[in-house]
Parts: sequence; structure tokens; C-alpha cells
Amino acid sequence: MKLTVDNMTLERGGEPIVSGIGFELAAGEALVITGENGSGKSTALRGMAGLLPLASGSVKLADETGKPFEGPVREYCHYLGHQNAMKSGLTVHDNLDFWRRFNGHPHLAVEEALEEVDLLHTADLPFHYLSAGQKRRVAIARLLVSDRPVWILDEPTSGLDAPSVATFTGLVKAFAESGGILVAATHLDLGINATRRLEFAA
Amino acid sequence: MTTMTADTQKISGVWSLANPGRFMGFANRAVPVMGTVAILLLLLGLYLSFNAPEDYQQGYTVLIMFIHVPAAWLAMMTYTIMAISAIGTIVWRHPMADVSLRSAAPLGAVFTFLALATGSLWGKPMWGTWWEWDARMTSVLILLIIYLGLIALSKAFEEPAEAAQPVAIMTLTGFVIIPVIKFSVDWWNTLHQPASVSRFDRPAMSAEFLYPLLVMAAAYMAIFFTLHIMTMRNEVLARRIRSIKRQAARRNSSKATLLHEDEA
Amino acid sequence: MLALLSRDIRLSLHSNGGSLTGLLFFLAVISVFPFAIGPDNALLSTLAPAILWIGALLASLLDLDRLFAQDREDGSLDILVMQTHPLALTMFVKALAHWLVTGLPLVLATPVFGIMLNLSFQGILATAGTLLVGTPAIAFIGTAGAAVAVRLPRGGMLISVLVLPLVIPVLIFGISAIRGALEETAPFTAPLLFLCAVTLFTSVLGPLAAAIMLRHSAD
Repeated sequence: MKLTVDNMTLERGGEPIVSGIGFELAAGEALVITGENGSGKSTALRGMAGLLPLASGSVKLADETGKPFEGPVREYCHYLGHQNAMKSGLTVHDNLDFWRRFNGHPHLAVEEALEEVDLLHTADLPFHYLSAGQKRRVAIARLLVSDRPVWILDEPTSGLDAPSVATFTGLVKAFAESGGILVAATHLDLGINATRRLEFAA
Repeated sequence: MTTMTADTQKISGVWSLANPGRFMGFANRAVPVMGTVAILLLLLGLYLSFNAPEDYQQGYTVLIMFIHVPAAWLAMMTYTIMAISAIGTIVWRHPMADVSLRSAAPLGAVFTFLALATGSLWGKPMWGTWWEWDARMTSVLILLIIYLGLIALSKAFEEPAEAAQPVAIMTLTGFVIIPVIKFSVDWWNTLHQPASVSRFDRPAMSAEFLYPLLVMAAAYMAIFFTLHIMTMRNEVLARRIRSIKRQAARRNSSKATLLHEDEA
Repeated sequence: MLALLSRDIRLSLHSNGGSLTGLLFFLAVISVFPFAIGPDNALLSTLAPAILWIGALLASLLDLDRLFAQDREDGSLDILVMQTHPLALTMFVKALAHWLVTGLPLVLATPVFGIMLNLSFQGILATAGTLLVGTPAIAFIGTAGAAVAVRLPRGGMLISVLVLPLVIPVLIFGISAIRGALEETAPFTAPLLFLCAVTLFTSVLGPLAAAIMLRHSAD
């Protein structure tokens, strides 16, 4: 499996925000994007996730033989943005269970995913009872309940305390070792050997 | 007059019961007693009502009045209690005042609905229609809308404590404006004065109608206070559950996992 | 898709009492009419179908901005549009869930409000029936409107302005069908079938337009 981003340019209101990005990632590799606020990291990630139309360039996903995957790339991606994509009125379990059923390709059971982020005890609580860090951990658990070969993460550890960050890097590392591709905007050292860096200038 | 003193005692009683813990103790003792009184009064009231003589004009339909009139009274009394609770919330910011307001609102809405529904049942044989835009019914309908609006408002907040002030202020605003609404609806209705409506002026009521009515009113009041204390108890418990859940979310996971297993 | 349907229904039912507010708005609109028209039963019963239809129309429009705004605020919308499901189908299911919790209660409440407006039994039946067939069309067209306005900070009013002209056919066929049911000379079946056709047509067109809109207006 190989993720190829070629000469990707994204515009907002006619002005280029991100221009000419290109890289290739193979299975098990990670790309870490750094840069100041407003340098276009989030825009680039949203473009890769298919949430923003590309002004030019392409994002492609292909298998080892170079045969492109069927359908749009976004269908093979997990996207974790600034928001957690959870409903505050529903319980933690119901939130995750919804995404597990809606997104298809179920992976871990909801309880197992919560166990991974050490939040099993909150399963039956409404989401809004949780603290900001706990909410973020539930959002990370969403990545585990359905199976996607590409993870696109935007500041995934914002609001997390040190032990939770360690848990998170562990999860990400395991994902890369199982052959996943990771693109993340973060200042953390993810501990993945095959990590490339992309520095955005404002 | 007896109702007045009962009311004032209730208010002074609220002060000593301002502590939720003490209130729960009181509620647990009071509910069985008051519930029994309410049921006995209701049975007596129904017995007296059914033995009341037929009205020479209205026939059996007059029996509806024994259900209808106290319901309308209670609809207004409940709003008064809510307004007093609202003052408690606004002036003293006391949580029990909010609990009282919030638990009274659905009861008030039910009594208002009961008054409207029985009024409509009475109206069918008397007026020939289920509903007449008569000043009295219209103002009660507006009261129902106000009740339902307050319930919707109190449920619109994720955190019930945040709803306390807005709901209290709206309740008081309503209390001040309701007489104006009532007055203007009366005025509106005389302005149009539809020919079909016979406004029912109540003649001096004879004793055989008055006693069942008063007993029914007392029964309704006993039912209301029993239910009010029960719903307040539920609200206090619901808040405790909420804070327990909140603590459960904060608890470190190893302990909490144990708790979870205990529960399972 | 069933998961989305049940999630949306549950969200509107137990958070913030969405369908209660819509129903209450309907009731409030209905009870304001007699003040403007006068408590004349004969006049009210003539106007009742129109009052009920306009009340239901306004109440259906009222909730539309919630359809996507909340999903957008909490980030769910991004995840919803990324999946393999055809986006138009996702939109259809969201519109359906929206109608089930906001439109259907209006239809069910119509008989009660019809009685209050002194409408005849047949009139009540016809009004509730046409609303049952017609209000889904409002929801489907509204879905497209809500998708257009999703990025605007105060989109609610704009959605109503956008959607109201588009639902005029629904109103016309609904009211003509009621007239057909109440009057000997007016046709009943033809406007009712037209109403069904409009609803079926919009059930495809509305979600499709909403899907295209969401894909191209992403930010």
C-alpha cells in the first residue's frame, strides 16, 4: 500500500493556502507535519482527507503492485480534526457504537477500544460529563472501532496529560507496525522509525 | 380560607426544609400520609359528587364541573407556587427553590390540560362544539402554552443548574404578564362577542353543589402536594445521580473499573 | 444507515426536547390566528385547513437549521461525509429522521388543533392526511436549504427564505386536495396524487442537492 500526494494545492477564496505539496508514504510509514499556527497544516490535512476540494494536484492510494484502490481516498481514511465528532447528549458507548456501525469495517469492539484509552469506566456516562482530555481520548478510541489503513490526525494530543500522550503514542506505533499509514500534525515524537517530517512555513 | 393557611405553612415549611437532606427525610415521611389523605379525600369527593342532584339545566353534565373547576383552580395555584419558587431562585439562589419550580411545572401543565379537556367535554353538549374561543378557555390555553414553554426551556439546558435563573425569570415575567393577557383576552372577546357563545355566569351555588366542589378542591390540593413532594424527591435524587456520575467520570480508572465490575 | 436514523431520532428526542418545541410552536401559531381573525367559528372552520397548513409549514421550517449545524459544530459532519455510503443516501436518512421527530408529531397533533378550529371530521381527516403526505416534502427540500446555509453563522432565517418559495407547490396541492375532500365539485384524487408525486420527487432531488452542496462547500 502506498499513499501518494502529488503537487497538492489548496485555495481559500482564490488565495493559495498550501501549494505544491508532494510526498510518498509506504505502509508502516508516518509523516509528521509541523509549522506555526496559520501555516496551513489543518488545511493540508483536510485536503488529504477529501474534505476540501484540491485546486490542483492529486492524492492517491495504491497497493504494492501500483494498482489504485477503488473509490475515493477519503473512504480509506480516519480523520481526527480539532473537534471530537461526538454527541454530548449520548453516552460514550453509544457515540462509539454509532461510528462503529456507520463507518463500516468494524475493528475493535467498543469496550476494547475504550480499554485501550483507559476509559472503560465512562462507557455508560453521557459524553458531556467527561473532561476535555477524556473527550479527546474517546475521539482517539473512534480510530480503533473501525478499520482504516490511513490515519489523518490534526493535533491529536491537544488537551491530553502525559500518561494519555504515552498511551496515544503506543496506539499510533502499534498502528504503524501493523502496516498503517499515518499523517499527523503534531510536535510529539511518535516513536515510529520510518517517520518523515514536513515543515510548514507561515 | 383554610387553603390560605395551608399555603403559608407550606412556604414557611420550605424554609426549614431548605436543606436537601432534611427535605428527603421529610418527604419520605410525608408522602405516605399525604397520599392516604389525598386518596380518602378524592373518594369522598367523588362519592359526594355522584350523589349531587342533577342540575335542572345542565343535567348530568354538571358532574364534569366537580372535576373541571378544581383543576382550573389548581392550574392557577401551581403557577403561583412556581412564581414564589422563582423568587427563591432569583433572590436567594437556593437550589431547592429551583427543584420546587421545576417539579411543579409538569404538574401545573397536567392540571391545566385537565381543565381544558374537561371544559371541552362539557362544551360539546352545552355549546355544540368541542372548542369555543371563549375568553376563559382561551386564557387557560395560553396558560398551558406558557407552562409547556417553561418545561421546554428547563429541558433545553445540558446542565440543569444553568437553567435555574432563566426559567425563574421567565416564570416571574409570566406571572406579571398573565393578568394583562387575561384582561386583554377578555377585552378581545367582548370586542367580537360571537353570538353562539353563552358565557356561563355562575349563579349563587347551592350547598349540595358547593360541598362536593370544596371537597374535590381539597382532594386536588392534597394530590398536588403529594405529587409535588414526590417529583421534588425525584429531582433531588436525579441531581445526586448526576453528581455521582460526574465523580465516576473523574475517578482514576483502576478504581472506577472495579466499581464498574461491581455494578455489573 | 439504520444506525444514523436511530442516532438522529434519539438525539432529537432526548436532548433539548426538539420535537416538543416544534409542536409547541405549532400550537402557539394556531392559537394566535383566532386573535387576528376573531373567534368566529364559521370563519375559523373555513380557514382551518389553511391555518393548519401554514402552522405546520412554519413549524417545519423552524427546526431546519439544526439539521446540519450541530453535526458541523461537533465535527461529526466531516466524518459522516467521508464514508463509503452514497452521500445523498446519508442526507435522505437525516431528512427522514428529521421528519419523523419534527414533522410526524405535527401530523399527529393536527386532529386536536383541528377540533379547536372547529373543523369538521372530514376536514380534519383531509388536513391530517395531506399533511402526512406533504410535510416530508418540506423536510426534503429543507435538507437542501440547510446544506446551503450550514456554514453561515445565523443561517436559520435564510433557510426559511430559501425554502419557502420552493414549497409553494406542496402547499397548493395540499390545500386543493382538502378542498376536494370538502366540496362536491372540486377534484380530490388529482391534487392528492400530485402532492404524492411532489414528495417522491423531492425525496430524491432534495437529498441529492444537499449532497452536492456539502461536497462542494466544504471548508
